[in-house]
Amino acid sequence: MPERSPDAAPPPTSEEPLRRPVPPGEAIVRTLAADEATRDVPPDAISLRLAAVEAGPETTPERRGLGVAAWLAVVWLLLLGAVALTVPVLPVPDPTVDAEPALARQGPSLSHPFGVDGAGRDVFASVLWGTRVSLFIAVASIVAGFVAGGVIGIVAGYFKGRIGGVLGSAMDVFLAFPQLILALSIVTFLGRTVFNVTLGLAIVATPVLARIARASTLSWSEREFVLAARAQGARHLRIMVREILPNVLPAMFSIALLGVAVVIVAEGGLAIIGAGVKPDIITWGNVIVRGQGELRDASHIVLAPSLVIFLTVLSLNYLGDVVRARFDVRESAL
Amino acid sequence: MIGRRRLPAPAERYAAATLDGPLLEVTDLRTHFRTDRGVVRAVDGVSFSLEQGRTLGIVGESGSGKTVLSRSIMGLLPKHNVIRQGSVRFEGRELIDAPVDELRDLWGAQMAMVFQDPMTSLNPVMRIGNQITESLLHHLDISKEFARETAVALLRSVGIPEPERRLRQYPHELSGGMRQRVMIAIAIACGPRLLFADEPTTALDVTVQAQILDLLQQQQRERYMAMILVTHDLGVVAGRTDHIAVMYAGQIVEKAPTRTLFTAMKMPYTEALIRSIPKLTDPSHTRLRTIGGRPPNLIAPPKGCRFSPRCPYVQDRCREEEPPLRPAAEPGHEFRCWFPVGTPEGAEALERNRARAGSVRARVAADGPGPEVR
Repeated sequence: MPERSPDAAPPPTSEEPLRRPVPPGEAIVRTLAADEATRDVPPDAISLRLAAVEAGPETTPERRGLGVAAWLAVVWLLLLGAVALTVPVLPVPDPTVDAEPALARQGPSLSHPFGVDGAGRDVFASVLWGTRVSLFIAVASIVAGFVAGGVIGIVAGYFKGRIGGVLGSAMDVFLAFPQLILALSIVTFLGRTVFNVTLGLAIVATPVLARIARASTLSWSEREFVLAARAQGARHLRIMVREILPNVLPAMFSIALLGVAVVIVAEGGLAIIGAGVKPDIITWGNVIVRGQGELRDASHIVLAPSLVIFLTVLSLNYLGDVVRARFDVRESAL
Repeated sequence: MIGRRRLPAPAERYAAATLDGPLLEVTDLRTHFRTDRGVVRAVDGVSFSLEQGRTLGIVGESGSGKTVLSRSIMGLLPKHNVIRQGSVRFEGRELIDAPVDELRDLWGAQMAMVFQDPMTSLNPVMRIGNQITESLLHHLDISKEFARETAVALLRSVGIPEPERRLRQYPHELSGGMRQRVMIAIAIACGPRLLFADEPTTALDVTVQAQILDLLQQQQRERYMAMILVTHDLGVVAGRTDHIAVMYAGQIVEKAPTRTLFTAMKMPYTEALIRSIPKLTDPSHTRLRTIGGRPPNLIAPPKGCRFSPRCPYVQDRCREEEPPLRPAAEPGHEFRCWFPVGTPEGAEALERNRARAGSVRARVAADGPGPEVR
């Protein structure tokens, strides 16, 4: 930076024509030195300020926390999980046993925060108990679909030839089926038990997850490290399990979170069309079904389960996005 | 564990090496790919042999088939739509029609490969340590702890500081040069007798290139491995190989001991390649010498000599008859050319072409402005 007393500051441009490019810092020093308001500020001070500006704001190492919304979602899901596990020992009435028919259709009150349904059962307790079965169905069917879809997808993506073709088209056929009808027919044929509903939804989820796994495997198996593993004598199974699977998991995981959300909604849908779990087993869907006929007179019955489903699906979708965003960042950084 | 096999003791293996002839003998190897546009003849009749502990450089432009050649020798190419003919004998064993299971026992243990891009040839989600011990545990009947100790020793021997710490790191925590060192450590882990290095320095910073090449050379000597160094850069192979094979359009066009190739090349293509190496003694801003035109289409290679469309020595015969690979005066020196560099015929051919080009230029000048002649 040129040493220059404030008074002797020359006009910025006239004396020195723009023959050589003026560094931006120097230009600012000159401008400020020529300005009346800043004329008395010694140039050293300006330079110091300038250096600070050029260095940028104090950079703290970038933190990649989850963010408040994601934490809220995690807390909500953990809460649901805790409820599902502990509801038999929680101080809530068992809605199937402790019904109070006298209170039927009563609105929310202190003792029944979400009101009472048409048979006198506490809606809040029903939702808590429903969490157990609803979450079980959602998680179990996605886990089953994840494992089956993962295996099918990775095998189909890794062996691109005949095996891949057959598996790929089989999955396409499954995907082309209207999914709710597929689940509905499975449940109708096998019976409306928790296991069969889970099975039906797992069969619906499998091709979706298989597709993701296959697409991801197709791109990862072209990477040189797979060839390198082969050149070191690794067998197909080893390559699929050790090299490809860990890379495919993040993509599948983000879709699986969305899948859980979809299955929760699907369970409700099946219940409403009468193809879900039998009505005497409490699920979120079945609680909604109870209030369905009395929507006009006692809308509070539907409100609680709907709200819980809404928050759960929102949380899962949001977390799915977070997982995907992180996964993308990591892949681009390779 | 499936497929874990005990390697023969070093003495046995060494005995096997000294009994037989060359470690690797490739005869008339052809590797063609069936594509929608036709059959691509990526490797078209390549023959050479490599002794134990020797180094062969394979040099050629992009698309000359050098990478396909090395993968074809190892048998790493997919089976689908690939035609692979000829003979590849490794320690006297025919590999061309060997079942994959048999090859898999060779891969990593007897022959290994260092790949071009260390950024993509390590698994991003696996720790360095696991990637090294993987093939050790696979091929050798050793315990996990011993594999780990070996991995530490390997990392140290390829010049990686703090090897214990590196074992627990992921590839993204290492620089490109470090990753290539890890790749080399993985490749040499099981003590292969033949190491392929497929453009091992192309993806690296110039300052790191020499280090990696030195490392490869050092490992090759210490372990008495044979090495095939594939590169497009003659400068890379210059001081580091015993022999060099120059590839053009899927064929070896010249093969010679390294010194001979640089001092007494016969093939005009080799001459052009060597001329295109920039020299430190050139004044700055010297125009780089290039080879005009581009490599031929491998689906329909030109008739006659494949280099003829770009050759300054080209004569009518070159465009009609394909020159065979024929021996030069020095043993081990072979080339494909009708009018070799440094012979009276070659000089005459070049002179004739220059005279013709001169007369064309003169005629164009006389005719006034016409189509531009380059």
